Amino acid sequence: MAADMTRTSPDAAEAPAGRSEPGSGSGSGSGGRSRRLDASGATLNVFGTGFLIVWALMVLGPVLWVILGAFKDSGEINGSAWSWPHKWSFDAFERAWNTGISTYLRDTAIVLVFSVSLTMLFGAMAAYVLARFEFRGNRFIYYLFVSGVMLPVYLALVPLFFQVSKLHMLNTYQGLVLVYVAFSMPFTVFFLHAFFRTLPSAVFEAALIDGASHTRAFFQVMLPMAKPGLISVGIFNVLGQWNQYLLPVVLMQSQHGEQAHQMLSQGLVTLMVDQGYSGDYPALFAGMTIAMLPVLVVYLSFQRQVQAGLTAGTLK
Amino acid sequence: MRLRKKTRERLFIASFLAGPLAVYIVFVIWPYIETFGYSLTEWTGVAPPSKVVGLKNYTALMHDSVFLKALWHNVEILVFFPTVTIILAMFFAFMLNVGGRRGGVGGVRGVPGSAVYRVVFFFPQVLSVAILIILFQAAFETNDAGLFNGIAIKLRLTDADHPWEFLNSPAFVVWCIMFILVWQWVGFYLVLFSAAMQQIPKDYYEAALLDGAGRIQTYFKVTMPLLWDSVQTAWVYLAVAAMDAFALVANLTPGSNFGGGPDNHGEVLATYLMRNFQTFGKAGYACAMGVVIFFITLILSLAVLRLTRRERLEY
Repeated sequence: MAADMTRTSPDAAEAPAGRSEPGSGSGSGSGGRSRRLDASGATLNVFGTGFLIVWALMVLGPVLWVILGAFKDSGEINGSAWSWPHKWSFDAFERAWNTGISTYLRDTAIVLVFSVSLTMLFGAMAAYVLARFEFRGNRFIYYLFVSGVMLPVYLALVPLFFQVSKLHMLNTYQGLVLVYVAFSMPFTVFFLHAFFRTLPSAVFEAALIDGASHTRAFFQVMLPMAKPGLISVGIFNVLGQWNQYLLPVVLMQSQHGEQAHQMLSQGLVTLMVDQGYSGDYPALFAGMTIAMLPVLVVYLSFQRQVQAGLTAGTLK
Repeated sequence: MRLRKKTRERLFIASFLAGPLAVYIVFVIWPYIETFGYSLTEWTGVAPPSKVVGLKNYTALMHDSVFLKALWHNVEILVFFPTVTIILAMFFAFMLNVGGRRGGVGGVRGVPGSAVYRVVFFFPQVLSVAILIILFQAAFETNDAGLFNGIAIKLRLTDADHPWEFLNSPAFVVWCIMFILVWQWVGFYLVLFSAAMQQIPKDYYEAALLDGAGRIQTYFKVTMPLLWDSVQTAWVYLAVAAMDAFALVANLTPGSNFGGGPDNHGEVLATYLMRNFQTFGKAGYACAMGVVIFFITLILSLAVLRLTRRERLEY
């Protein structure tokens, strides 16, 4: 289904405009009616387009304004919202980079390399088995995985904290990786389950006849065929885990006075609190801009897959 | 010795499910179950729970004025945030898909620049909540250095001596949070509804146009009814988001431990839960709150799905 969506949406959106209007072919008899239509259409057009532009400005305005803030100095930021940076320099970016952002970026990248790979591997394995094999308990396990989609994370937070604590994994990378994998499982399994169902079985059967084991058939035949689905859900997981805030806030606190391995979102908020006291807003806005860049690059280069990946699961 | 085919298959299934299931049960299922158990105990969160107190936590909740206040705020968010988001998203989706001047396949297409609007509107969705927090803290600043006050003063809606209080105002704090939520989610549902709209066969629109329906009429008589399924799902997901709003409230509203101010006027269930757990050391009580939130979400979702059930049209 997800594949259909990614495939059908582009041509539906940019339908060739050169075709003749269906109404124009039907002769002069419909003239009066189409004039009435055009009148109601024109009002809608002006109002609707105006509103679209207003909303676009509302989305971009605050973002651009804060990015601009990274180039102002503290006086300008605290002065007027309409102040303009008097000199353009990247000093604030350097300060932000040195006061933590670089560490947060590195730590987040380390965690994500492992958590996303493991999420994809585990998610694909479980989804594949649940989608392609019949056995007792299949439906139960499937619903066990999928029911997690609906539950907000913070409900399980209190016991989760103690669970991770019992395993001595608070403030460790491996603890956070496992928790990320676990909380990404519902959507990943749900999405890939639907995807594996749509794959043809002929190639798979041919592989088995050729003497491949189930494991080999999975890794060498089915997984490559599921690539579009894996990419969509992979991007979804990268963005979701990159942006995750609540889990690291609770799990990556300093335990015995050691340094807390803060993740990017969490670190940014810490930075906000600290900078609030020392008043270096330009550095805060610069840090925010740096944090936004990787996401922006991923989003703009894969925007169709991102949109498809994020919404497809909801559509079922 | 070769294993039998069936046995090999079973082994394969078990080996593939073991890892994912173990991680999922240990870190997701088990904590959720424990939340229920702990909610029946008096527990500070340090040592294991010592005393089972039955439903005492739940009866205490019913008399806790802060809890009831937070609950009320969540109900407000629950009513207005999904409604506004869905209406806006539907309208935008209509404009971007079938709102343009007639032409193209089946006489329908979007307004010029649809693709650009789609990219822009969806953008907040990929931003981390931390970025939203920094963004809106600066924008909601309560003097003319804040973006929104700057605009309001420019438009002479107020003057520099009487800036709007936004997040510090008892009356508006919840609405400010709701504004951010709508801002964040409209683009997502725009894309969702667009995808659903593109599955509607073009000849439906063609037929409506030939029968003399205007675009507004087409929207209410053709598009809306066929999108009903997606609206349902959207409502359920938005309800879950409405019950959360934790990070925004905790960091944007006044109050030292997880916000909630001024004077509990911005409190939501999630922040009150966290404060009970991390600041007051009432972990058992916090768990009871979690269970209540869980059932509210569940009942609401089921109610929406049931009340809005309609015949499904396959095309």
